[in-house]
Amino acid sequence: MSAQAKTVRITYREAVREAIRDALQRDPRVFLMGEDVGRYGGCFAVTKGLLEEFGPERIRDTPLSESAFVGAGIGAAMGGMRPIVEIMTVNFSLLALDQIINNAATILYMSGGQFNIPLVIRMTTGAGRQLAAQHSHSLEGWYAHIPGIKVVAPATLEDARGMLWTALEDPDPVLIFEHGSLYNMEGDLAADAGPVDIDKAAVRRAGTDISLITYGGTLNNVLAAANTLAADGVSAEVVDLRTLRPLDTETILGSVARTHRAVIVDEGWRSGSISAEISARIMEGAFYELDAPVERVCTAEAPMPYAKHLEDAALPQAAHIVGCVRLMIGNDG
Amino acid sequence: MAEFRMPALGADMEAGTVAQWLVKPGDTVKRGDIVAIVETEKATIEVEVFETGVVEKIVVPEGEKVPVGAVLALIRSVSAAAPQPVPQPKPEAAPPSAAPVAAAPAPAAIQPPPAAEVIAAREAPPPIARPAAVARPPSTARGRWRISPLAMRTALELNVDLAGVKGSGLQGAITRGDVERAAKAKAAITPIPAETMAAPAAKPVAPEALKPTPPVRPAVSPAERRAMMRNAIATAMARSKREIPHYYLATQIDMSRMTQWLTAENLKRPVTERILYAAPLLKAVALAVHGFSEMNGFWADGSFKPSEAVHVGVAISLHQGGGLIAPAIHDVDRKKLDEIMANLRDLVARVRAGTLRSSEIADATITVTSLGEQGIETVFGIIYPPQVALVGFGKIVERPWAVNGKVGARPVMTGTLSADHRASDGHRGAMFLAAIERILQEPEKL
Repeated sequence: MSAQAKTVRITYREAVREAIRDALQRDPRVFLMGEDVGRYGGCFAVTKGLLEEFGPERIRDTPLSESAFVGAGIGAAMGGMRPIVEIMTVNFSLLALDQIINNAATILYMSGGQFNIPLVIRMTTGAGRQLAAQHSHSLEGWYAHIPGIKVVAPATLEDARGMLWTALEDPDPVLIFEHGSLYNMEGDLAADAGPVDIDKAAVRRAGTDISLITYGGTLNNVLAAANTLAADGVSAEVVDLRTLRPLDTETILGSVARTHRAVIVDEGWRSGSISAEISARIMEGAFYELDAPVERVCTAEAPMPYAKHLEDAALPQAAHIVGCVRLMIGNDG
Repeated sequence: MAEFRMPALGADMEAGTVAQWLVKPGDTVKRGDIVAIVETEKATIEVEVFETGVVEKIVVPEGEKVPVGAVLALIRSVSAAAPQPVPQPKPEAAPPSAAPVAAAPAPAAIQPPPAAEVIAAREAPPPIARPAAVARPPSTARGRWRISPLAMRTALELNVDLAGVKGSGLQGAITRGDVERAAKAKAAITPIPAETMAAPAAKPVAPEALKPTPPVRPAVSPAERRAMMRNAIATAMARSKREIPHYYLATQIDMSRMTQWLTAENLKRPVTERILYAAPLLKAVALAVHGFSEMNGFWADGSFKPSEAVHVGVAISLHQGGGLIAPAIHDVDRKKLDEIMANLRDLVARVRAGTLRSSEIADATITVTSLGEQGIETVFGIIYPPQVALVGFGKIVERPWAVNGKVGARPVMTGTLSADHRASDGHRGAMFLAAIERILQEPEKL
C-alpha cells in the first residue's frame, strides 16, 4: 500500500461534469440533452466545455419544453440509447410529470415487460441561493412515491462522481437530484474515483446516542450539528440515505437499533413527505427499540421566501437540529 | 402464576422425559429462554419457555417421564411477582459489581419483544411491589404512563419497579437511562440474593444453555433411542398414509440461471460463507407459499388452518443408525439467503448433536425434502401430519433442453409436490409448483 492514495481537488460541479464526460466516453449510446446544456454550458455551468469536446450530436440543446424533451428521452431510451436528460430545476420538472410518471415509470409494466426505459434524468433541487419560490423547492420526496423509478440524491463528491454511471447501467428510469447549494462544495476526491452503488444508505458518522437521518443538501448541516453535539458529549450517528427510492430500510433500522432515538432532517416540507415515510418505517420496524418519539426537522411549510434571513429561517439549519436533539435527550445524556 | 407444561414436540408425541433442568427456583427467565432438555422418542430437545418471570417451583424432577400437557414448573410472571425478601441492609453490603446495567442489545436485535409482555405490564400498572408510600409514576391527564417502548422493555428485563422512577425525557417520559439508573440505585442500596438478580447480563439463562451440547444425562441407550425413533417415524408416516389423501405432481425445472448465479455469487465469497442450493430452494418454496395459503398450515379437527408464518421444515437424516427429523427454520420467507444458510448449518449440526429446540421441532408449516445429494432424481415425499404439503427436490442433472426451437444441454432438476387433497386441489397444487419454478428463474431476487 502506498502511504497515501492519490487525490484531486475538485468541486461537486466538476465531479458531476467528470461523471458525464466519463459516461460519454465509455458508451457511444450515451448523450446529454436539456435546456442550455450545450452552447451556454448549463444553467449551473455543470456541462461547460462538453459541447466542444463531444459535438452537437451528443450534447443537445433543446427547446424550452420539459414535456417534449423528457418525452424524447423516453423514446430514445426505448430505441436503445442511454440518454441523460437535464432538467434545470425540480420545479420545472413538474411540466414533465406526465412523461415521467405516466410514461417513464409505467411503460415496462404497460408493455408486459417488453420495454425497459434506461433513462437518467438529472435535475437541481433545493433552496439556499435566494432563487425564491419557483426555483427552490425540494420535491424529490414526491418522486420517491412513484413505483417504477429510482430516486437518488448524491450528497458527496464520491456520489456526484459515481452515481451517474450506475444509474445509466440500470435498465429502468433513475432520477438524480443535485442540490444547488452543493455545486461549489470543494474537496478531495480519489483520482481513480468511479461508479458507486445506488441502493444503500451510508453511515457518514458513527454514533451511539441518536441517529440523524438525512440526504442531499442537508447532509453538511447535519454533520455540522453532529460536531456541535459531540462537543456537548452527545454522540450522533449520521445516516445519508443516498437513495430515496427504494429506501434502504435495513440501514435505517440498524442505526436506530444502536442509538434508540432518531431525528429525520429533510429539506422537503413535513406534510406527506419522505421524512414521514421514514418515520413510519421506524415505527413499523423498530418501535420497541425507541427511547423517544421520532422527531423531524423540515423546511417551514410556506413557499420559499426570497429574503435571505427568511430563507435561512425556513430551512433546516444546524442550530435547529442541535436544538431538537437537545430537547429529545434532555438530561438523559 | 403461569404453568410451564410438557410441550407437544411433534404430531405423535404423547409423553416426554425431563432429561435436565437448566434453571432452578428463583431464576429469572424470559420468553424464548431454554429452560429444560426433554427427551422424546425422536430426539433430545431444548425446550423454550413462553413466559417472562421467575421460576417458582420445579414440579417434575429430572429423569421423570410425563404426558404432553403435564405441568413441569410454575413461573411467576414479572408483573405479578411477589416482593423479594429484602434482607436487613448491611452497611458494607454494596457490591460494586452487583448490577451490570448496560445490557446493551445486540445491534441486529430489532425484533420487537413479544407483545404479550408489554400488554401484561400495562394492564397491571403497579408492577412489582409498589411500596404504599411511593408517589405514582409520571402519568398524563388521561392516566396513561409516559414511558418509551425501550424503557418498558428494559424495566422488564432488569425487574425495575417503575413506581417512583422519575422521567427525564420529553414531557417527563421515562427513558431507558432512567430505568437503568433506578436499577443501579436499587442494587446499591439493597443487596439482592444472587439467585434472584434479574439483570440478564448478570445471569443469562439462554446463552449458557446455548453453549455446546449440555451434559445430558442419557435416560436411554443409543440402541433404545434408535428403536424409539423408528417407532415414532412409523407411527407418523402410517398415520399420514392412512389419513391424508395425497396427490403428487412433478415438474422439470431449468436450473441454468440458478447455477450461474450461485457460481458467480460464491466466487465472491470465502469458502465458509458459500451458499448451497438448499438455501435458495427453501426460500423459493417459502416465497411461493405467499400466493397459496392452502399449502402452508395444518389440518386439524376436520378443517384446514392456514398459517401466517412460513416455517419450513427441513428433512435432515441422522447419519448414524438411520432415522430422520424435520425441524423448522422460522420465517424463511423473510430471511436472506445468508441467514437461511446459517440457520441450516446450525440446524444440521444440532440435529446431529441432538440439541434441537422445542419451537423448531413442533411448528413447521410445510416441509422440504431434498435427496439430490444421494443422486436421486425424483422424490415423492410423505406429508408430515398435521402439515398439508411437502415439496421434494432431486438431483440437478444435465439434460437436453429445447429453448426457442434449439436443443442444448442445461442443468435440470425435478421438483415435486405431495399435497393433501383435503386442503387443496391438483389445479392449485400445479400453480404452486409452477410458482416455485418461476421464483427459481430469478435467483438474484431471492
